[in-house]
Amino acid sequence: MGNRTIKVDYLARVEGEGAFKVVVRDGKVQEAELRIFEPPRFFEAFLRGRSIDELSDIVARICGICPVAYQMSAVHAVENALGITVDGPLRELRRLLYCGEWIESHVLHVTMLHAPDFLGYQGGIDMARDHGEAVRRGLALKKAGNDILTLLGGREIHPINVRVGGFYRAPRRRELAPLAETLKRARDQALETLRWVAGFDFPDRERDYTFVSLRHPDEYPFNEGHIVSNRGLDIAAADYDDHFGEIHVAHSTALQSRMTDGGAYLVGPLARYSLNFDKLSPAVQQAAREAGLGEVCRNPYQSIVVRAVEALHAVEEALRIIADYQEPERPAMAIEPAAGVGFAATEAPRGMLWHRYVLNGDGTIAEARIVPPTSQNQACIEEDLTSFIGGFLDLPDEALQHRCEQTVRNYDPCISCATHFLRLDVDRG
Amino acid sequence: MARGEKKPRLAVWKFASCDGCQLSLLDCEDELLAVAGALDVAYFPEATRAEISGTYDLSLVEGSVTTAHDAERIQEVRRRSKFLVTIGACATAGGIQALRNFADVKEYTSVVYARPDYIETLATSTPIAEHVAVDFELRGCPISKRQLLEVVSAYLAGRRPVTPPHSTCIECKLKGNVCVMVAHGTPCLGPATHAGCGALCPSYDRGCYGCFGPMESPNAVSLSRRLQDLGMDAAALKRVYRSFNAGASAFRKESERHGK
Repeated sequence: MGNRTIKVDYLARVEGEGAFKVVVRDGKVQEAELRIFEPPRFFEAFLRGRSIDELSDIVARICGICPVAYQMSAVHAVENALGITVDGPLRELRRLLYCGEWIESHVLHVTMLHAPDFLGYQGGIDMARDHGEAVRRGLALKKAGNDILTLLGGREIHPINVRVGGFYRAPRRRELAPLAETLKRARDQALETLRWVAGFDFPDRERDYTFVSLRHPDEYPFNEGHIVSNRGLDIAAADYDDHFGEIHVAHSTALQSRMTDGGAYLVGPLARYSLNFDKLSPAVQQAAREAGLGEVCRNPYQSIVVRAVEALHAVEEALRIIADYQEPERPAMAIEPAAGVGFAATEAPRGMLWHRYVLNGDGTIAEARIVPPTSQNQACIEEDLTSFIGGFLDLPDEALQHRCEQTVRNYDPCISCATHFLRLDVDRG
Repeated sequence: MARGEKKPRLAVWKFASCDGCQLSLLDCEDELLAVAGALDVAYFPEATRAEISGTYDLSLVEGSVTTAHDAERIQEVRRRSKFLVTIGACATAGGIQALRNFADVKEYTSVVYARPDYIETLATSTPIAEHVAVDFELRGCPISKRQLLEVVSAYLAGRRPVTPPHSTCIECKLKGNVCVMVAHGTPCLGPATHAGCGALCPSYDRGCYGCFGPMESPNAVSLSRRLQDLGMDAAALKRVYRSFNAGASAFRKESERHGK
């Protein structure tokens, strides 16, 4: 058992193409490497010269699983550059759209991609043979999220209704009413899903992570807030570059993000939850406590429970938005192109997604820069493998490999996203 | 199907893409378990770590070819697939990443990466049909779920899938939409764009942006004249044809009439 190499050449049940390698020498993990070989697609290069009217359509194509996140960060960054604030019902509709994406993305991961690791299956489809009810419930809940995207965005994948300043068409109140009925059922499904995953067996492992997420004075964060950490960071999106940097390592077509002091940090459900527990509704807080969570969660294997909590939150928030919705006078604010620089960070299902654009006076893009959540989590994923796998070395190879995969899937890594935006200024690798 | 009879084997392959088209299969929440009942999901890494080696009866291929390794891999996928269907704009036209075909990929690499020497990529992004024989192509960025289920059902029934090649305009008329171009003067690619989405954009008060690619024999030259009348300059015309289906011949040629 002293010297072993666990290698997975094509990691399954993640979005995109990645691999990893864990090297054990003398009974200790010597090296853990997450290798991303997803081919680059060069979005930041070809966005130059495109119009701000096309931006939200183009960046959506970075990721089929979280297109709304890209659309949201992009339109907010451009609005930041143009000095516009989208408020009122249009702001609420954007939150509603994000609820839909959180539900479909989280529930896909919880039910179909991650639960099979805990229950010992190859995937959600073969798990359905023995856990049919749980899988069907998950699919129904996921569909409720997709129903929001379809109504508000036109379709589940690459919605067509988002633009700088608002939407192309705002829904009527009566169009949203049937959605509320679906979401009431979804609330029960989300609660049952949370109870189901809370009963899984979690390896007892914790690390003292640096958590980074948005924080807003009144809300659990989607589109707006300061970038904060549990180490006292509290900055605007515009100041991101002063505190974070990216490095390009040879084994990855995705850049790795670090704090400027060189430390790894974690974005996503664990960070969001631990930094914003007080912003969840009392009912969701109660459900989280009953699921065995405290106000802070440092066990990455419990991220599946936190995702289920966030799915429940998104369902409740969607119901609130629909109940309070007032039809806007116009579907979008008027936009005047102007030269400028804009920044925005929003909370994609997998964590903070940061965009920066330099705009020309004619409404075209001069420069684009995008830092997706999985780039930011890469270093943490490697550190988790190094820290945790040493404790599992009594497992036979197949079981150990499965445990390593589960450890990576804790992050719901979106490799397609991470690859498309790699760019970097300093190479410390 | 008789007891004991082997179910057809399904494989889902990924090349350069956003994963959205294969996600469409997982987004068939009401039909997914039925599909899994009719076909053996033999290779679908986005959904399962199980892998049955050998040959596959139905292969769905997402993504375009952008690396030397992938150019080899698609040959292997073809050899192992009896019926190969390409799904989506990347696989059928090269996708948005085919914008590199109009640019210098070395310059692109240097813009995005600090260490371009770590990056291996081809100068072009090309559709699967430029590399191997394709049995059926499904358009769209992303594909339509309905059309994906039609392909699977048709395969199981042993018939050709029905995916009309007419323009988005026909879908708009069938839906009873008011024409956004005629009534509101909104530029719209619908007259030249392949049907399949259900005329989504005009149903949301915006013009079609061509994500299903060119219809069969489009008259793009005539459409461009109309778009010009509506105020689009050469740069805008070049851009409008040069997006998710920039590599599709009819859109590529029309974009080149308006600039390099």
